[in-house]
Amino acid sequence: MSESSSDSSCPDRWVFYCDRPEWKDVTPLAQEEGPSPVAAIAYSAKFRDVYGYMRAVIKNKEISERALELTTDALELNPANYTVWQYRRLLLKELNKDLHDEFDYINQMIEDSAKNYQVWHHRMVLVEWLNDPSMELDFLKEALSADPKNYHAWKHRQWVIKTFNLFGSEMEFTESLIEDDLRNNSAWNQRYFVALHTGILSDPDRTRKEIDFAMKAILKATLNESSWNYLRGLLIHMDKGLLEEDVVDFCEKLYASGNRSRHLLAMLVDIALEDEDTKNDERALQLCEELAKRYDHIREKYWNYIAVSVKKKISSTSTTNHKSTENETSRGCEQIEDTVNL
Amino acid sequence: MANLLKDVVIDEKSRPKQLLLEKHVDYLLKYGKDANDFEFCTTEYLRMSGMYWVLTTLAVAKKLDTVQRDQFLDFIDECWDSSSGGYSACPGHDPHILYTLSAVQIAATLDAIERLPSDDIVRYVRSLQNPDGSFAGDRWGEVDTRFSFCAVATLALLGRLHLDDNDNDTDNNIDLESAVRFVLSCQNFDGGFGSRPNAESHAGLIYCCVGFLSVVRRLASIDGDTLAWWLSERQLPSGGLNGRPEKLPDVCYSWWVISSLTMLGRQRWIDSDRLKAYILASQDVETGGFSDRPGDLPDPFHTVFGVAALSLLGEPGLLQVSPTFCMPQQVIDRLGVTSQILS
Repeated sequence: MSESSSDSSCPDRWVFYCDRPEWKDVTPLAQEEGPSPVAAIAYSAKFRDVYGYMRAVIKNKEISERALELTTDALELNPANYTVWQYRRLLLKELNKDLHDEFDYINQMIEDSAKNYQVWHHRMVLVEWLNDPSMELDFLKEALSADPKNYHAWKHRQWVIKTFNLFGSEMEFTESLIEDDLRNNSAWNQRYFVALHTGILSDPDRTRKEIDFAMKAILKATLNESSWNYLRGLLIHMDKGLLEEDVVDFCEKLYASGNRSRHLLAMLVDIALEDEDTKNDERALQLCEELAKRYDHIREKYWNYIAVSVKKKISSTSTTNHKSTENETSRGCEQIEDTVNL
Repeated sequence: MANLLKDVVIDEKSRPKQLLLEKHVDYLLKYGKDANDFEFCTTEYLRMSGMYWVLTTLAVAKKLDTVQRDQFLDFIDECWDSSSGGYSACPGHDPHILYTLSAVQIAATLDAIERLPSDDIVRYVRSLQNPDGSFAGDRWGEVDTRFSFCAVATLALLGRLHLDDNDNDTDNNIDLESAVRFVLSCQNFDGGFGSRPNAESHAGLIYCCVGFLSVVRRLASIDGDTLAWWLSERQLPSGGLNGRPEKLPDVCYSWWVISSLTMLGRQRWIDSDRLKAYILASQDVETGGFSDRPGDLPDPFHTVFGVAALSLLGEPGLLQVSPTFCMPQQVIDRLGVTSQILS
C-alpha cells in the first residue's frame, strides 16, 4: 500500500485533521525524533497530520467516537502501529461498541495486510472477548485460499481449533489443500497437528492409514520434501520406527523401479542405519556417495558426514560380532557436545 | 516425476561478485536523509530495530566512527518507558520486548551498557513471562518464540542471566527451566521450530529457538542432526536459502539458516561458496544495500543480514559476527558474555 494509492481511492474527500472544525480543540503532538542521519524523518503531510492528532488523543486519553475514527485513519496509513491498535481496543471497550461490527473492519484489514502481526492479534482478542469462534474457520478458509502458506493465518487457525475444540473436519480440510498443492508444507504441518491432538498418532491402526496417505502422496511427487517429512513424523509414533514393514517395502519397490529421489535415498540410508541387521549397510554407504556426488551434490558434506556414521556401524558391527558386545550405532551417534566459550 | 522447484535464476555475467562495502556504508548513512517519505515514516513502529540494523552493519563494516554515538544513545533514552522498564520502537509508542532487545544491543555495540537502567529492564523482561515459560511480546500478551529469544538475549547482554540454578541472587532471573521447556515444546517432527507448539517449522523462528538454546547453553537438549538436515535442505540450486519448503530464497533467511547451522556446529553442511555468491548477487550495485533476492529493492533489514551472513562465511574486511546475537563478536567478548556454539 502506498499513500498515493490510498489517496487516489478518494481523491476529493480527504480533509486534513488540522482543517476539520470538530478537531479544533486538539493540538496535534509532533513526533519527537532522535537527530539525523539515522532517525531523521521528513513526514509526508497526511501522515504527519493524522499521527499528530493520534498522538495527542492517546496522550490526552481521549475516549470518543471521533478518536475511534481517527484510529481507523491512522491504521489505514500504517497497520503495523501496535500502539494505535492497543488504543483502538481500549476505545472499543470503553465505548461499549458492538464487537460484531469490528469483525467487518478486521476482515477488511486482514485482507489488505495479511502478513501483519497486529491485525491477526486484534482478531484473536476479538474472538476471545466475544468467546465466539463461529466465523473463524470460514474466514480462514478464504484467507488461506488467497495465500495457502500464510503463517499468521495458520497460527490463528491452530489457536481457534485448539481453544474451541474445532478439530471436527480439519483432516478433510488439510486433505483438500494437499490435493490442491502436494507441496503445501503448511497443510502437511496442520495435518500432523490434528493427528497429534485427535489421538490418531497414539493409535497404530489409524496411524497406518496416515502412513498410506503419505505414501500415496509421495508417489505423486517423489521429490516432495513435505510428504517425506510427514511420513517420517508418523513413524516416530510407531514401535518399529523407520523399520515399519509397509514403509520399508514401499521404499524398496520405489528404488527397484529406478526412482532416485534424494528423499528416497536418504530414507534408505536412515533405514539401514536404524536396522540392527547389516544387510543394507554397504548399499547405504554407496547411496551416501551417490547422494554426495550426484543426486544431492549441494549437500555433499552432509552426506560425507552420514557416510562416516554408516562406516562406523559397519566396523562396530563386525567388532560386535567378534566380541559379542552391544551395538549402539545410530545416525545420532555423531552428536558432538563439545562446547566452547565465545 | 515433476520437480517444480521454486527458486531464482541469477545472471552469471552481470551478478556482482565482490562485496561493495563502501556503497553499503554510504547507503546506510544516507538512509533516513534520502529515504522516500512514506516508506520512512511508516517504519516508525520499528525504528529502534532499524537503528540496530544500521548500527550493526556499520560496526561489522568497521565504520562505527562514522556515526555520532550520542544520537543513538539519546534516541534510546527517549524511547525508555520508566513505568514498565521496557523500550519502545519510537518515542510515544508502547514498550515491546523486540525493541527492548534492540535498544540493549545498540547500547552494547556503543559500549554504553552501564548507562542503561538494568534493574528496570530486568523487571520488564520478568513481567512478560507466562506460567508455561513462554514470553509475551508486550503487556497485551501475544506469545511467540521470538520473544523467548529476546528475553534471554536481553538478560545475557546485561550480564543478568544466571545459568546456575543455585544462584541465590533472585532478583535477576526468569524461570529458566520453564522457559527452556516451552522452547523445546516448539520443536516439530521435522526437527525444526515454529512460533508456538505445533506451528510450522520456519527458519526465522528456528534461529530464535536455537539462539535461545545457545544463550542458555542447552543446545545438547535437541536432536541437532535432524534439525541441521532440515536447515541444509533450505539451500536451493541458486545457492540461496529459503525459510520453509517451497518458498523463494531470501537473504534474511540465508542469515537465519547459516547462523543456526553455525551455532549447531554444522555450517559445513551447506555449500558456502554458492550461498556467498547468492548473497553477493543480492547487492544493489547502484544505490548500495542488499535486497531479499537479486534485482529487488534494497533495505537496511536485508543489508545487515547480508553483511552478517558474509561475515559468518569468512568474508575478509568484516568484523567477526556472533551467530547467536548478530552483533560483532568483539562486543560480546568485551561484555564477557558467553554463549554455546557446538563445534
